[in-house]
Amino acid sequence: MPTLIRNRQIVDEPLPPPDLVVLQVTDDPAVLADRIGGRGAPIGAIAVHFPKFSDGRGYSIARLLRERYGYKGELRATGEVARDHLYAMAQCGFDAFELRAGEDARAALGAFGDFSEQYQSTVTQPSPLFRRRAG
Amino acid sequence: MYRYDNIDQRLVDERVAQFRDQTRRFLAGELGEDDFRALRLRNGLYVQRYAPMLRIAIPYGLLSTKQLRKLASIARNYDRGYGHFSTRQNLQLNWPKLEQVPDILAELATVEMHAIQTSGNCVRNITADHFAGVARDEIVDSFLWCELIRQWSTFHPEFNYLPRKFKIAVNGAVADRVATFVHDIGLHAVKDAAGDIGFRVIVGGGLGRTPSVGHVIREFLPWPHLLTYLDAILRVYNLHGRRDNIHKARIKILVKERGVEKFRDEVEAEWLRLRDGPATVTAEEIRRIEARFTRPQYQKLADVKYPETKTPFSAWMKRNVHAHQQPGYAAVSVSLKKTGVPPGDMTSAQMERIAELADHYSFGELRVTHEQNLVFADVRQSELPGLWHALRELGLATPNIGLLTNIVCCPGGDFCSLANAKSIPVAEAIQRRFEDLDYLHDIGELDLNISGCMNACGHHHVGHIGILGVDKNGEEWYQVEIGGNQGQSTISNRDGEGNRGLSLISASLGKVIGPSFARADVPDVIERLIDAYLGLRDSENERFVDVVHRTGVEPFKKHVYANLDQKPADRRRALAAA
Repeated sequence: MPTLIRNRQIVDEPLPPPDLVVLQVTDDPAVLADRIGGRGAPIGAIAVHFPKFSDGRGYSIARLLRERYGYKGELRATGEVARDHLYAMAQCGFDAFELRAGEDARAALGAFGDFSEQYQSTVTQPSPLFRRRAG
Repeated sequence: MYRYDNIDQRLVDERVAQFRDQTRRFLAGELGEDDFRALRLRNGLYVQRYAPMLRIAIPYGLLSTKQLRKLASIARNYDRGYGHFSTRQNLQLNWPKLEQVPDILAELATVEMHAIQTSGNCVRNITADHFAGVARDEIVDSFLWCELIRQWSTFHPEFNYLPRKFKIAVNGAVADRVATFVHDIGLHAVKDAAGDIGFRVIVGGGLGRTPSVGHVIREFLPWPHLLTYLDAILRVYNLHGRRDNIHKARIKILVKERGVEKFRDEVEAEWLRLRDGPATVTAEEIRRIEARFTRPQYQKLADVKYPETKTPFSAWMKRNVHAHQQPGYAAVSVSLKKTGVPPGDMTSAQMERIAELADHYSFGELRVTHEQNLVFADVRQSELPGLWHALRELGLATPNIGLLTNIVCCPGGDFCSLANAKSIPVAEAIQRRFEDLDYLHDIGELDLNISGCMNACGHHHVGHIGILGVDKNGEEWYQVEIGGNQGQSTISNRDGEGNRGLSLISASLGKVIGPSFARADVPDVIERLIDAYLGLRDSENERFVDVVHRTGVEPFKKHVYANLDQKPADRRRALAAA
């Protein structure tokens, strides 16, 4: 059972959530637009599978799910997910993380605090730093 | 200089802490080699042929003397007492120790510097015109826009792991001095009929093994939309750029495979959804950035005229001193291309002396150029003789800016593990062959670029003469191209015609003249190319590259390959006798 971090806490998950939809990084998240909009089969959670440490497509997919298609439910990063990814993944809208084997989950929790601020407009902070700085 | 506020500083400090922990985990065996590679590269750390190499960011090439002194001390304490200025306006240390890199980064952070995203598959250091803020043909001060983009690109959470590296250049003047057409994205400031500022957006240019000239995908992007448009381009690239083959992963390949129109349509469609969103740039932010830049306090001065003579000072004035927006001031190029010194290299002692000079002569700031030289941007014309004397003592007053011996050159096989061949000894041999200054000045403007492999760090495709090191059965050979042009207009203050660069804006790529040469033959080959040029040019105003564009490669090729075993001097005698 891989270690799961959900809402910045280590949780046990004996069984995968019902109605879990898994997206590969080659998938277009538009395929879920209807279901996210409440038409079609319900979605329990969406997982985006990262095939490699350095494959960055999942970050854009997460933003599209959150910002374009308005997905509000659990968005989970799976696959090659290391503590070094967590800060940016969270900024892009992931709120659950299945750490790859060998990651120290407790140490990984600290990674959400790697940075105290970011310059860009992100899912968790749509107002970019320059708008908040100005205010 | 842009001065950090407390948030800018905190982010850089936090990055040092993050990388220190990553290095610790790697050394403790908790982080694998491949994963650590992806992390160390985005902190500027390569593992090279003999030692690690650390590439320190000099954002858009702008440097304070305080920073330069810190670089000098780092090079002395952690390395072998010298650094190498690269074509991306960065500084490379060739011999740091991996375990000390976090300490080096911590030292850099004390002077508002870092090595963030100087390598890796992310947005790299933004390059700018080294005459920003002082050029007479300026439309906008590109430094402001570069800083805006620097902040946008720093740790951009969505674009940390792109298919490949991503290079952006911003040109703020009429003449293109940053080669916008050979970048992943080139931004060229333009004013519309109403006087509003915007950017021409050029995508998909690049050098490397598939050299391409970029495509204009938008003629006029009003400045408030700059970041949302960049987000749109990067998102299309991040999602669709090829990841199956490292040699096909740059955005130029995506643009090519999709076709420019389709690519543009995708970007525009993406942008329509981002447009006017929260990332839309505000006038307030531009004013804030502007206010955080130190500006020279110019005095009211009159221009000083120096008579043109046959003296070395006059030659330096002609080649290395450039026009300025402010009366009584000039910009000065400090040539790092003295014969016998690897292009772009500088010792710690030289850096410290240069810092003293920049404090005295140029408001404590300097710029690094993509041709691997330095610029003092704000020198009083009345002090030019004093500066010249001081630079000459340091061996940094070679009057060769824009000339053949101002060679742009990568570190090559002496340092780099990617190189097929050495490049520095080739540069030196050519410089020795063309040491006669009168001859050099007679040849006129000529960009000569050398890359030690097809990754093209020496930008050989856009040299008027480009030399590429190739491997033939384990031996080092050199391929020669001619006719490349980076679209950089040379500075035309010599004749007072400030708009000479207008016709040169679009870039072109060089053409290979034929089979490659042994290293020992390269200076002869260059001399033959020059011979051919001198015979073909219609006047001194027709530059080498202009002649190549007029006549094509053929006459040059003939001249080079005819009787290749004969020495040029003998050939000249034979020609003269005939």
